[in-house]
Amino acid sequence: MADTQNFEELRRLKEEYRYDFKTEADYVYKAPPGINEEVVREMSALKNEPEWMLEFRLKALETFLKMPMPTWGPDLSNIDFESFIYYLKPTEQQAHSWDEVPEAIKETFDRLGIPEAERKFLAGVGAQFESEAVYHSLKQEWERQGIIFVDTDTAVQEYPELVRKYIGTLVPINDNKFAALNSAFWSGGSFVYVPAGVQVAIPLQAYFRINAQSIGQFERTIIIAEEGSKVHYIEGCTAPQYTTASLHTGVIEIFVGKGAYVRYTTIQNWSNNIYNLVTQRSIVDEEGTMEWVDGNIGSKVTMKYPAVVLKGRKAHGEVLSIAFAGDGQHQDAGAKAIHLAPETTSIITSKSISKGLGRSSYRGLVKINKGAKDAKSKVVCDALLLDEHSRSDTYPYMEINEDDVAVEHEATVSKISEDQLFYLMSRGLSEGEASAMIVNGFIEPFVKELPMEYAVELNRLVQLQMEGSVG
Amino acid sequence: MKGTLEIKDLRVQVEGKEILKGVNLTIHPGEVHAMMGPNGSGKSTLAYTIMGHPKYEVIGGDILFEGKSILGLSPDERAKKGIFLAMQYPVAVPGVTLANFLRASVSAVRGYGKGSGNGRTGSVGSHLMPMREFRRELKENMARLKMDISFASRYLNDGFSGGEKKRAEILQMAMLKPKIAVLDETDSGLDIDALRIVADGVNSLIGPDLGVLVITHYQRLLNYIKPHFVHIFYRGKIIQSGGPELALMLEEKGYEWITEEFGG
Repeated sequence: MADTQNFEELRRLKEEYRYDFKTEADYVYKAPPGINEEVVREMSALKNEPEWMLEFRLKALETFLKMPMPTWGPDLSNIDFESFIYYLKPTEQQAHSWDEVPEAIKETFDRLGIPEAERKFLAGVGAQFESEAVYHSLKQEWERQGIIFVDTDTAVQEYPELVRKYIGTLVPINDNKFAALNSAFWSGGSFVYVPAGVQVAIPLQAYFRINAQSIGQFERTIIIAEEGSKVHYIEGCTAPQYTTASLHTGVIEIFVGKGAYVRYTTIQNWSNNIYNLVTQRSIVDEEGTMEWVDGNIGSKVTMKYPAVVLKGRKAHGEVLSIAFAGDGQHQDAGAKAIHLAPETTSIITSKSISKGLGRSSYRGLVKINKGAKDAKSKVVCDALLLDEHSRSDTYPYMEINEDDVAVEHEATVSKISEDQLFYLMSRGLSEGEASAMIVNGFIEPFVKELPMEYAVELNRLVQLQMEGSVG
Repeated sequence: MKGTLEIKDLRVQVEGKEILKGVNLTIHPGEVHAMMGPNGSGKSTLAYTIMGHPKYEVIGGDILFEGKSILGLSPDERAKKGIFLAMQYPVAVPGVTLANFLRASVSAVRGYGKGSGNGRTGSVGSHLMPMREFRRELKENMARLKMDISFASRYLNDGFSGGEKKRAEILQMAMLKPKIAVLDETDSGLDIDALRIVADGVNSLIGPDLGVLVITHYQRLLNYIKPHFVHIFYRGKIIQSGGPELALMLEEKGYEWITEEFGG
């Protein structure tokens, strides 16, 4: 009963949040474009960071400059690192006024029926949550349970030892070029700490977080779930996110303790000028469970392979993802499951939809180390092609170094059939509506895992994407 | 003219091969026509062509509904005019529940949300029939077809048995309230109990405002759904028309005599 009550309370708070936006007072810092040490030093100083954080950033910068661009995935040759601005106060990196937001995005907001205030936030027009009362009420509840839920910059100030203990330990700065870039220039993101035995009944949403920099260009998120704890974290939203910067590079590190449970749900719908290159990784102790629920709708190019490192006996990891690649989009998404211990299990379910000239790829790795006896892994990839020209590829990699294991891989590629369309159209649905219905059916196994409001929004979004797309 | 379907000298080809070779048939509201014929004679082609399947190319003649040609209309536009086809092989749409599908379908055919401006600015979802009203109607019609309400939350035709599929087709017909219904081999794959339930369902829908074309290979369906007119279809044409006695004659003599009389 208490949960229901809490839930109602949160719903009410969220409503308040929605309509309580304020335009932030403008204060401006804008670094010159390009990558250099001065920018790193200056931003670290402006953030008033401890010395070790600056060292971390500088080392990352050095690493970034040395590392080659990845050549195995989508075409990244158009990324000009020198053209980007690497540090902006949040207000600066967003559009300055509603007028600057592209018409197409405004129209989508219209048709999704998103309230005015929320639209501005989503479009990044300098709106932030600033309802102290609401924040305090939430924060009190978290504090009572010992939960920390703040943005990562705040965490560096308030819980420096905790941040220092975990940051960069799961995704080291030299993990890949973009992880290095993020480590050098990160800002924002969430820091979540759940003490042993604490079960967080209501999902933590970046949406609730005060002064959320959830539209951050280089966000850094760290989630620590201690033994026997349980938490569901939700990031992003289904409505299009618009930002003037065209590179988004996040790093997410999740530590799942013994017997703990973490689910991380994210849906990205970046505008189609964005390179979205994200490193998401989790490490799971004995009998712990990690679930990634990952939706990729927007962006120009996405590279994202949520990983579960199953470190303890009987650890379990799941990755459930969808990717929607429309004209001009390349969704290169997948998953990694690394089995280090006996009786570890993983399930990877990937669903992709390609429309027009869109291209989606599944790129995944299942690795089972020597000694991970009786490990089990199951990979299911389903691709749906909407047009003759759309494209889907599967790159499943496996490295199995133990004999007593069970590894399954299934892949299907299908098209919307003429007979399915005819059937639905003969019942009065237009071609676009019929296609949308088929696509929504295809992603249903994903959608039913989402919180209600996200599910509804995602279905609507697919409907919008599909209108007039076939034939 | 209201509710009347006229098929005039209809010629249709599929992948370059002529299947219908001049079909003439008029169905007025309140009439039940049965179309019988051996397998491969083109009966289903006629059904699909009436509904506008893109694979079937009309190369001559016309189909008029309420006095106007419908040949230029897409299947959904035909459905909105009140034409319905119960299919012989309904396709599965995994992930879409029967209830959600039906609500979208009924709302589209009845034109919910039509008045909202230019149709581009209305938010998605506002064009649906109110949930309460829909549920009530769905329940009534499912009861009529002796279907459990839980059936509505199953995915459309996905894993349905033959009988379940046919019942679901008639449920759709009941919900969509067409003016012309074409039932394509609705009896195939049904055991005797299911046949009776489906036939009872159809009979409860038959009335002065509905014209029905029952396409069947066997006479047995016509023991339950009584036709006013029976047509024998062979090699892309109606070769004989008459009353219910014609069906009984076919039952007795089979189709062989046609081959003898009209050439093999």
